[in-house]
Amino acid sequence: MKIHEYQGKELFRKFGVATPRGTPCFSVDEAVAAARALGGKVWVVKAQIHAGGRGKGGGVKVAKSLEEVRKFSSQILGMQLVTHQTGPDGQKVRRLLVEEGADIRKELYVGMVVDRGTQRVCLMASSEGGMDIEEVAAKTPHKIHKVFIDPALGLTDGEAESVARHIGIPEASLAQARELLQALYKCFWETDASLAEINPLIYTGDGSVIALDSKMNFDDNALFRHPDIVAMRDLDEEDPLEIEASKYDLSYISLDGEIGCMVNGAGLAMATMDTIKLFGGEPANFLDVGGGATAEKVTAAFKIMLSNKKVKAILVNIFGGIMKCDTIAEGVVAAAREVHLSVPLVVRMKGTNEELGRNILKDSGLPIISADNMADAAKKVVAAVKAKKKKKKPAVKKKRPVAKKAKTKTKTKTKTKTKAKPKAKRKKK
Amino acid sequence: MSILINKDSRVITQGITGKTGQFHTRTSREYANGRACYVAGVNPKKAGEDFEGIPIFGTVADAKRQTGANVSVIYVPPPFAAAAIWEAIEADVELVICITEGIPVRDMVEVRDRMRKQNRNSVLVGPNCPGVITPGELKIGIMPGHIHKKGRVGVVSRSGTLTYEAVGQLTELGIGQSSAVGIGGDPVNGVKHIDVMKLFNDDPDTDAVVMIGEIGGSDEEAAAEWIKKNMKKPVVGFIAGVTAPPGKRMGHAGAIISGGKGTAQEKLAVMEACGIKVTRNPAEMGKTLKSVLK
Repeated sequence: MKIHEYQGKELFRKFGVATPRGTPCFSVDEAVAAARALGGKVWVVKAQIHAGGRGKGGGVKVAKSLEEVRKFSSQILGMQLVTHQTGPDGQKVRRLLVEEGADIRKELYVGMVVDRGTQRVCLMASSEGGMDIEEVAAKTPHKIHKVFIDPALGLTDGEAESVARHIGIPEASLAQARELLQALYKCFWETDASLAEINPLIYTGDGSVIALDSKMNFDDNALFRHPDIVAMRDLDEEDPLEIEASKYDLSYISLDGEIGCMVNGAGLAMATMDTIKLFGGEPANFLDVGGGATAEKVTAAFKIMLSNKKVKAILVNIFGGIMKCDTIAEGVVAAAREVHLSVPLVVRMKGTNEELGRNILKDSGLPIISADNMADAAKKVVAAVKAKKKKKKPAVKKKRPVAKKAKTKTKTKTKTKTKAKPKAKRKKK
Repeated sequence: MSILINKDSRVITQGITGKTGQFHTRTSREYANGRACYVAGVNPKKAGEDFEGIPIFGTVADAKRQTGANVSVIYVPPPFAAAAIWEAIEADVELVICITEGIPVRDMVEVRDRMRKQNRNSVLVGPNCPGVITPGELKIGIMPGHIHKKGRVGVVSRSGTLTYEAVGQLTELGIGQSSAVGIGGDPVNGVKHIDVMKLFNDDPDTDAVVMIGEIGGSDEEAAAEWIKKNMKKPVVGFIAGVTAPPGKRMGHAGAIISGGKGTAQEKLAVMEACGIKVTRNPAEMGKTLKSVLK
């Protein structure tokens, strides 16, 4: 789970990581009032979205007067902020953080993740703050210092101080930096974080060490013991289809292709996507129905896949082990009937009772294409999409005009978007 | 022979009274020598009772002492699973297989750290894995037994159904398996590909190995480097997730490309460079293995 920068900073302060003073705002008036209350002469207006790269996309502005705070806030709030992490459509900005300006002397980088190799939390720090850290890691790996933290001891004084020295914290600020790093580790560990990142960490003209940014992700498996963090979840930042899927205990991720796929098991689901690609198609999603693929779950899965209007065909790939193929076949038939399936459906089932399952599909009278193995299934579903594309204007006009080219696609897309947005806005207020 | 488990293994089930534990204990018991191998269950509140004839003990230590069991399989729910793993390790059970999915990473960091610091000898498989099977002898876990066939090919994988897929293909081609090991899809776990590969290398009844990986981490690369230097038997491989976008968690907590690391292409390239015959078509894992058998 991800949270916003301002929420991350609230957590930081709770654990003793110094941050600038700031206020989250949901309207332009709130932003101006917040700046006035903060006082000073310089403020930073920051878009609050979960994606990184906000500055480059125009989502972070330095204001030198309250008029500028008003101007920048009204520019940023409600904008469709595009960064390298949001995809071409960008993400709508619904929240702002207004902060006091900082006297930046030097920008540094600090991050924490769980390292799989050592099975410990890894603290990474660099003198090259403010930049894309992946780039620093690729081009100048010697500029990144790492400490693998002993979980029984935590980040020791010696380790913290050594890291602080390595990244160029001046002598007078070392104690402060050490305390900040130790507080950050405590914050990471006690909240079951999977990522904590401060980019940039700064020291100021008067020698203060401050977290100018905050990025925190959390281990979904540990959320059960952190209701306070769950309360920070912002559903506006998540894919509505992924939210819907999680209600049915389905693991779903939207992708850019046009072949929907439903598979049991994460590894097999990835392998199925790969096979589609191998035979010239593009998967529209990752969808793992898990172990208990009941008719309800399969129906929900079909509805979710089909609400992605790019989907031109569906591939179902099930390895029936404990789950029997006939049960799954019944689920698929029921689901296809309920959603009045209008795109080609290819089903590959393997394992327990596969003959029975295949017969159920055949006897259903539905135009289901059966496949023997994964490769066969992928070939058939790719062929079905191509055949569909060739039929320029299908007779079934009452359905959806799928056969038209990209132009119509983008049109319908923006249409649904603009439709959806004011709704969400109204809901908020 | 085989690796990790065989018909002489004696198994404790932790979480035997839960719905999942009951279901899989039943099916595992019905497979091959399961009836003789499943000797004990653990539930602190139900000591002295039994599950369909399997005696239940209050602790793993008790169960081990009284039955001589050397393996424990865990179906305990995620919030308590790490404690269950540790209980088995403290009781010096030789092999601990944790099926449970959804254990917090922090819990596993602590367990693994204690295992290392105390030089514990127990081997941990999982968590979040299908388990281990030695076809024709013993099945410990949630895999469908009937798709397997006794034979001389080892299988090691991070994912469940993809392992079944590989096993199914082998069996269809008439190629049996010595043992199949699911090491699990979590970022912090017990044995890794390399550990299982070493066991297969030393097993006189294994002729070749199928290694299945997925995006995230660098375990497959580490195993590949080891194979290049030490492996005496042919290995074929497949990596799932060529189409997975970076930064998105593909179901498994460990299946994520982060910081540009852990991509499928990168893993496949390293494996190929290390002499592993890889296929990019998961429908051909069995066929690829067949091609390297003498």
